Amino acid sequence: MNKNVVARGRSSVTDRDPATSLPALAKQIRLAILHGSKRANVGHIGSALSVTDILAALYGQVLRVPAPDDPQRDRFILSKGHAALALYAALRARDWIDDETLAGYCRDHTFAGVHPDHHLPGIDFSTGSLGQGLSFGAGAALAAKLSGADRRVYVLLSDAECNEGSVWESVMFAAQHRLSNLVAIVDVNGQQALDHTHRVLDLSPLESRWSAFGWQTHVVDGHDLEQLTATLTCDAASAAPHVVVARTVFGKGVSFMEGQIKWHYMSMNDDEYQLALEQVDR
Amino acid sequence: MRRAFIRTLVDLAEDDERILLLTGDLGYTVVEPFAERFPARFFNVGVAEQNMLGLATGLAESGFIPFVYSMTTFIVLRAYEFIRNGPVAHGLPVRIVGVGGGFEYASAGFTHFGVDDVGVMRVQPGLTIVAPADHEQAASALRATWRQEGPIYYRLGKDDVSTVPGLNGRFDPQRPQTLADGHELLILAMGAIARQAEEAVKQLAAAGHSVGLIVVDTVSPPPLERLRHALASVPVAMTVEAHYLVGGLGSLVSEVVAERGLTCRVVRCGVATMPVGRTGSEAYMAAQHGLSTEGLVASALRALNGPAEAGHYDS
Repeated sequence: MNKNVVARGRSSVTDRDPATSLPALAKQIRLAILHGSKRANVGHIGSALSVTDILAALYGQVLRVPAPDDPQRDRFILSKGHAALALYAALRARDWIDDETLAGYCRDHTFAGVHPDHHLPGIDFSTGSLGQGLSFGAGAALAAKLSGADRRVYVLLSDAECNEGSVWESVMFAAQHRLSNLVAIVDVNGQQALDHTHRVLDLSPLESRWSAFGWQTHVVDGHDLEQLTATLTCDAASAAPHVVVARTVFGKGVSFMEGQIKWHYMSMNDDEYQLALEQVDR
Repeated sequence: MRRAFIRTLVDLAEDDERILLLTGDLGYTVVEPFAERFPARFFNVGVAEQNMLGLATGLAESGFIPFVYSMTTFIVLRAYEFIRNGPVAHGLPVRIVGVGGGFEYASAGFTHFGVDDVGVMRVQPGLTIVAPADHEQAASALRATWRQEGPIYYRLGKDDVSTVPGLNGRFDPQRPQTLADGHELLILAMGAIARQAEEAVKQLAAAGHSVGLIVVDTVSPPPLERLRHALASVPVAMTVEAHYLVGGLGSLVSEVVAERGLTCRVVRCGVATMPVGRTGSEAYMAAQHGLSTEGLVASALRALNGPAEAGHYDS
C-alpha cells in the first residue's frame, strides 16, 4: 500500500466533525475492537480496551499530525503492540486507513495484523516485541531536539512491559539528555499474560520508579478523557521527559472482561459478543 | 581499521550534518577525533547496546545517519533483536560498527570473541555486511558505502598498521578483490585474517603451487556472479575466516557451489570448536584453530594433495 494514497486527514477528528466528541470517538474505537476481534477470532481484547481512551485523547485531540507522512508530525509509538486493533480504529477515525483495511484485520494479504507494521499509513514504527518502543521514541525525540523542531513523541507502554530491562536503558538516556519532548504513557491495567502484575514482578509504586530516574511524572485516570487530554499536552520546554502513569481497567467497558486474565488471549463466542456490544453501545 | 574508519567518518561528517556517532561507552583513543570535532553529534549512550540501536532507529526515521559503535559481540549479539526489529525491519540507514572480528580481543576471553557475528547478521534480509581486510580498505569501504540506503554492518578490526599486500585499499561493493590467480586451488578470505591467507598463498606459490586468492569484503549481499565465476574455474576452494565454520564465509561459498551446481570441493578453515577455556594472544588463538599462516599452508597442502577429509559435521 502506498502510504500517501490514503493519507488525507488534515485536522483532528473532533475539529473536523464537532459531532465526533472524544467520548463518541472512544465508543467508536471500542466497537471496532469488538467487531474486529470477533470477525478475526483473535484475542488481546482486554489490552485494547484498556488503552482505548488514551488513544481517543491522542488521536482526537493531542497529536499534531497534519498527515501521516508529514516529516514534522508528532510521532506515536504503540510499544505495547498487541493493542494494535485499538490503534487501527483510531487511524480509521482519522481517515488514514479505509474501512477495507480495518475490516481486513488478521485476514490474508492484510497490513493490519495483531501487531502494528509501519507499512500501514499512520504507523510510525513497527512494534510487537515489548521493550523496544521507548528506545525508538527516545531516538525520535533526540532527532527533533537536534533539528530544533518542536515535534513531540508519544510512546504507549504496558505496565508489564516495564519488566524489560531495555525500557530502563531508554528511561536513563531520556533523562540524561533532558528529552522533554518525549512523553511515555504507561497503561497500568495491573495485568499481564499469565497473571496480575503485582504477583509476577511488583513494580509499584511505578511513578516513584520513573521519578527516581529523573522523569516528570503525572498520574491520571486512564479513562478520564479530559484529564488525559490536559495531561498529555505536556510542557515540552520542561527540563525532563514526561511519564503519564495511566491507571486503567483491563477490558474497560465490558463487565465480564474487566480485570479478568483470560481476556488477554481469549476471543468471544456469539453470546459474549452480543453482550459486549450492548454494554459498549448503550 | 577502527581509527582509519573514524578518521574517514570525521571527513564525511564535515560535509553531511546527518552523520551522528553513538557509542556504547567503548572506543577509548578511537572515537575522540569525532567527539572533539562534533561534540553535539556525538553521544556516549552508556553501557546499553539495546537502547543504542533503538535510538539509532528513531534518529534514522527522522532523517539522520547514525553510526553506532561498540565491540562486535556486544553490538551484534546483545542488541540483535533491536537490529532485526529496528533498522532491518524499517529499512533505515543505521550503520552498525562492530570492532573485534575473530580473536582480536584474544586475551579478553570468550565473551569478547567475534566468531558468530557474520553468521547471525547474514540471515537478515537487506542488511549489508562489509568486512574490510585492513585499515586502508576500511577507509575506502566506508567512503564507498556510507550513503547507501538501508542498514549496514561494518565488521572492523583493531589493527591500524598492517596491510594486506597487493590490496592497496581497493574496495568495490559489487566485486570481491582478486589478489592472486591460480588454477589448482582458490583461497577466499574474509576480514583481517586475509593477511595470513596472503602470506600462505605466497609460501604455496614458492613451493610450486598455483593458488588464487580472493578477499570477500562485501559478505552481504554477496557478489554471487563473481564468486560463481571464480569458483567454476578451480577444483578446490578453501575459505579462511576468523569465525565459526557455520554461517560465515564458508557457508556462503558452500551455498554458491551447491546452488550453482559447481563441481569444486570446499574446504573451510575457521573456528571449528567453541573457543572457551585456555586463552592467549591473538596469534595463539588463531594458531589453535588452524588460522596461522602455517596452519593455512598445511590445510591448503592437504586440500591440494589428498582426497576429501572428514567434514565439520563428521566430528
